[in-house]
Amino acid sequence: MPERFLVATFTDSETLLTAVRAVRQNSFRIYDVFAPYPVHDLDHAMGVKHSRLPWVTFVVGVLALSFALIFQFYTSVLDWPLNVGGKPDNSTLAFVPICFELTVLLSGLATVAALFLRTRLYPGKHAQGFAEDVTNDTFALVLRWRDNAFDVHRARRVLEEIGADRIREREAHT
Amino acid sequence: MSSTVTRVNGKAPAESAPEQVPMLPPPVWVDDNPSLRQITDDIARPLEVRPGTGWWICFGLAVAALINLGGMVAYLVAKGIGIWGLNNSVGWAFAITNFVFWIGIGHAGTLISAILLLFRQQWRTSINRSAEAMTIFAVMCAGIFPAIHVGRPWLVYFIFPYFPNQRGPLWVNFRSPLVWDVFAISTYFTISLVFWYLGMIPDLATLRDRAAGGIKKFVFNVLSLGWSGSHRTWSRYEIVSLVLAGLATPLVLSVHSIVSMDFATSLLPGWHTTIFPPYFVAGAIYSGFGMVLTLLIITRYTMNLQRYITVRHLDKMAKVTMLTGMIVSYAYLTEFFAAWYGGNLYERYHFVNRATGPYAWCFYLMVLCNVITPQLLWFKKIRNSVALLFVVSILVNIGMWFERFVIIVVSLHRAFLPSGWGMFYPTIYDIGILVGSFGLFFTCFLLFIRYLPMIAMWEIKGVVGLGAHKMALSSQEQEEPVNA
Repeated sequence: MPERFLVATFTDSETLLTAVRAVRQNSFRIYDVFAPYPVHDLDHAMGVKHSRLPWVTFVVGVLALSFALIFQFYTSVLDWPLNVGGKPDNSTLAFVPICFELTVLLSGLATVAALFLRTRLYPGKHAQGFAEDVTNDTFALVLRWRDNAFDVHRARRVLEEIGADRIREREAHT
Repeated sequence: MSSTVTRVNGKAPAESAPEQVPMLPPPVWVDDNPSLRQITDDIARPLEVRPGTGWWICFGLAVAALINLGGMVAYLVAKGIGIWGLNNSVGWAFAITNFVFWIGIGHAGTLISAILLLFRQQWRTSINRSAEAMTIFAVMCAGIFPAIHVGRPWLVYFIFPYFPNQRGPLWVNFRSPLVWDVFAISTYFTISLVFWYLGMIPDLATLRDRAAGGIKKFVFNVLSLGWSGSHRTWSRYEIVSLVLAGLATPLVLSVHSIVSMDFATSLLPGWHTTIFPPYFVAGAIYSGFGMVLTLLIITRYTMNLQRYITVRHLDKMAKVTMLTGMIVSYAYLTEFFAAWYGGNLYERYHFVNRATGPYAWCFYLMVLCNVITPQLLWFKKIRNSVALLFVVSILVNIGMWFERFVIIVVSLHRAFLPSGWGMFYPTIYDIGILVGSFGLFFTCFLLFIRYLPMIAMWEIKGVVGLGAHKMALSSQEQEEPVNA
């Protein structure tokens, strides 16, 4: 079932920031903000929490490091020890570069994969189109229209006072 | 519409004025202060019109060289590496020189995109996309050489450990720097590619929204992964970019360090030195900036992007080139000093031979290009002259190729026993494959500037005007109450 949204567009990031703060002050919940670039301070204004994605990097990094160390140990010491220049089978120091490279490779790939999963970006996805030109020069503030709790007139008034370019009601599937 | 709201960061509220610390005006990295729409138009338009004659001429030359590469590599695979000028004394020559040269070129791209991101250098925004593309294409070129050098390129996958292991339980030798290299370079290529693509997603969405329809719309639609510009996505996206930059920074330093260990862990005079890792990394960044300068000077002219890639950007890059050039010069001096001070007969002879032997002209060409040329960049007049900078950048490229040639061939051709000495003379195939690798590189680069946004539009938008000013001021920003 399509949901209803109130979409206000802005032409500059300053007005957008003011609007975001005002809207939150008036106890409206912001559905999302769309912008052509990451607007500085918008995280704070919208109350977006710090992403936990770096934990993915850390956890996968630790796993990759252990895997690399164990794998090199297994192949060089247990599976087929080979005497190369009289070096010890378990030359841990010589394993460091590959441990490092695999840590970087796997944790980097995992972080990006986690980003795509978390933000639901995938090939063929249809972009949410609440307003035109948000990938060009327009900033859009979107409020979700929840049936009885949403005072649309008050929301419109707040947004108009701040100087929204255009305020529209839209229906969309989320 | 009258506003009753106090503007946050409003135009200088009188009461907070005395507290403000006097500061320089924010740097301007894009000329003429274009609007956001103007930025999109300027950068996306070259992709939507037919390319000019200049592009076609460059592309024709590049493709011709690429075809030459294909032919010569095919002949090489058919006949074996005997068609090169290699012999018993000099078993590594052009191919390994080209490999180290191309890997080095890539380093400037990662420095610009990752290290300067961590340092919050805003001038990177105009050049990072093309520098990253350069990295990827350079690593592709580099990857060819070890692959065709192994003799039986169809077995080149043997360099990777894999399951199920068809070599019995025999594994690759994990203590060998050559195996480290395989891991370092494949990691470097993968992470660079992912970082490059990730940075391009918002711009691909911009192009998707501009495309009228047809195949272009479809391709951009698939590649942009349904990017909608949601700030909740942006917020996570920025964190992930920082994480990747944090991973890429030690990575780039590790890659050329590991490449240098291919040499440094051997016992050969001229190779067996502890200075190699930092020396190679500095040389890599130096040569990479030389190549970035070459490419961007060409690109800003052929694509009319002087407004975005300004003389100030070139000036910054020239300064990095000069600094790293001086680090490289210092490393040359240290090598000679260590050879004399270390008292090792073979090491000392190697350096005498480097400066007076049959390949001395290569050494002096290298000194001219890498020690003397960067000193010209002290002069602002030279840094601000695009034509002179172009000449300097070409000299840097030549100098750094010869540096690797000197390190590899001159060390090998007179090692320990005089009975094992010999000379290396390149054949037509050595030179042809080198030229061909430039063909591959420029073909990729020209296609890139033709079909993909070569300047990061969203990053420029974030930096232009107010954005830049705000970032500079962000530490002092005070939030004011909003009275609605």
